[in-house]
Amino acid sequence: MGISMWIRVYAIFVKELKQLSRDKMTFGMIIMIPLVQLMLFGYAINTDARHIPVGLVDLSQTSESRAVEHALVATQSVDFIARYRSIKDAEVAITKGEIRAVLYLPADMTRRLFNHPLYDHKQIDSPLTLPIGQWIVDGSDTVIASTIRALRNMPLDEVANHTTIRTAPSFEVVQYFNPEQRTVVNIVPGLVAVILTMTMILFTSSAIVREHEHGNMEFLITTPVRPMELMIGKIAPYVLVGLSQVAIILSVGHWVFSVPIKGSLLSLLGGSILFIFASLTLGLVLSTIAKTQLQAMQMTIFILLPSILLSGFMFPYDAMPVAAQWIAEALPVTHFMRMIRAIALRDASLLLLGKDALWLGLFTIGGIIIASLRFKKKLG
Amino acid sequence: MTSNASEQIEYAIEATGLTKRFGDNIAVNKLDLNIPKGSIYGFLGPNGCGKSTSIRLLTGLLEASEGDVTILGKPLLGHEESLKKRIGYMTQKFSLYDNLTVKENLDFVGAIYGFAGKRKKSRIEELLALYDLEKQAKQFAGSMSGGQKQRLALACATLHSPELLFLDEPTSAVDPENRREFWERLFDLCAAGTTILVSTHYMDEAERCHALAIMEDGNKRADGSPQALMDAMPATVVEVSGNKLRQLKQTLTQHPEILSAAQIGAHLRVLIKKKVLDPLGFISELSDGRETILARPSLEDVFVTCTGGRHGD
Repeated sequence: MGISMWIRVYAIFVKELKQLSRDKMTFGMIIMIPLVQLMLFGYAINTDARHIPVGLVDLSQTSESRAVEHALVATQSVDFIARYRSIKDAEVAITKGEIRAVLYLPADMTRRLFNHPLYDHKQIDSPLTLPIGQWIVDGSDTVIASTIRALRNMPLDEVANHTTIRTAPSFEVVQYFNPEQRTVVNIVPGLVAVILTMTMILFTSSAIVREHEHGNMEFLITTPVRPMELMIGKIAPYVLVGLSQVAIILSVGHWVFSVPIKGSLLSLLGGSILFIFASLTLGLVLSTIAKTQLQAMQMTIFILLPSILLSGFMFPYDAMPVAAQWIAEALPVTHFMRMIRAIALRDASLLLLGKDALWLGLFTIGGIIIASLRFKKKLG
Repeated sequence: MTSNASEQIEYAIEATGLTKRFGDNIAVNKLDLNIPKGSIYGFLGPNGCGKSTSIRLLTGLLEASEGDVTILGKPLLGHEESLKKRIGYMTQKFSLYDNLTVKENLDFVGAIYGFAGKRKKSRIEELLALYDLEKQAKQFAGSMSGGQKQRLALACATLHSPELLFLDEPTSAVDPENRREFWERLFDLCAAGTTILVSTHYMDEAERCHALAIMEDGNKRADGSPQALMDAMPATVVEVSGNKLRQLKQTLTQHPEILSAAQIGAHLRVLIKKKVLDPLGFISELSDGRETILARPSLEDVFVTCTGGRHGD
């Protein structure tokens, strides 16, 4: 019994692999999806806003006001792309979306500057201290707004042309693992999780449905094939697909974007396999619900969106409300997101991540049980 | 089930009161079947008459709403999996893999039925030769002609030498020449002891069966061997020849004694109820002296007589 079971599983595995290799489009997508998305996101996604287009209303028109403008440009945070006669004109430009913020320098800016403690340290505790200008920001985008907010206490050394007072900061911050604060370092391992979620769930959810749609299932279920054998045989090739995608993303990320891979390859392999299995079984469960490939696709997207938005790939997990964290915890991708970032960036071992690893394992077992129970060798 | 020791005939399929409902719709209504081993049995009927559903019920693909089925001496319920090794099924639609070659399809099906190594290789070679597919062995199944696909499907369905073979409209996509060839193969299989259940909507195919059931709207209207069905037909066949047959048809079909009148070439084929004692005289009177002769009933006459609401009398 045992041997004929593995013969059947192997037969399905070989058949699936042959069909996959002959489907040029799908085969191409397996390689192109990770490559294109990695290149696109690696270069494009940056949570650190720079060169924000802003406007200037300069009522002071002095050499000092020009010095303030130059000092701001030197920070690279903003680019002054337009000048306006009045605040009214600038506000219209913000509404139109031509600029994201405007700097207003009042007519008495020079006097305010000379009385400012950041310009002249003798002015500390002076009752005449006033801000030298005002930023009006399109606050709807919080990333832009916080970048501008960071300019609030900008040093005025350059304007003063001499070193001004320096107070010790309240805290010293040491940035481990990504000292240069490059967004891409966090994006690349996260991309492994998102792309695997997408391809693994999509391929398996349509794999069984495809047999139904092409009429192959009607023949298959009159043969001695058991549901479990069909499922194992059908998903096994995609484990190889998933692992090659992990390899593509991490190696391109390493060579093109200099993303470090600090953890051991064994932990990386173990974590990836656990996640691939969990995603594949999720796809299998979907395939027992979907009747057509289109439905399978829709369900995949239904899973994919929260996987991108709630898993911690785009927004920090810790910033989410508790209810959203529960939903995130239910998705396998959240656990893998934590694991792969820990392994690749912080040299964590699989053992250290036992809780997430265990959860992925349990998810897989539960998924296989549900899929086998739902998959009936009957029509209709 | 009657367990009579003196019973001589062994049945491959026995069904009593087999019923399948889809919601309010009754697809198969109280079907009784006794199909002897080693025979070719046909389901004849129009599309949607319940042929495919009956086959799916008998193979265990669908669960019956009511009724008992015994396949190869074992009750179907509870033995579906063990019976799967003993039965073969060829679906109405080509259900093998278009993007695998002929040989790869056979390899796959062979492995599914537990064939391996030399045993598998020699069985596949045997089938390729038997079904004349040697030249196509490396061709993708999707690029073959209807007849070749049909032969491949039959080869796959019979790879494990099943005792009972179900064929659901096997020749609907095949030209007449290939259809003849295909039936020759079926008689070869039958001669080797395989019981075959085949569904069709072609009269000439039904006539080749040892016995058949005429189905309509999920009901079995008549069954028996083609000859017995023709002999027992409750109607007489008269052929009328002459001119203006279309108008004659109009007048004839008004009569309650006339079951049907259909033009076939230069004749009008008229089915008259058996209770009319002098059918020739009856027709001659109605057809203004056109030439009338008695004709041998055909299976189509049987089909017409017992379907379309004419079966009641």
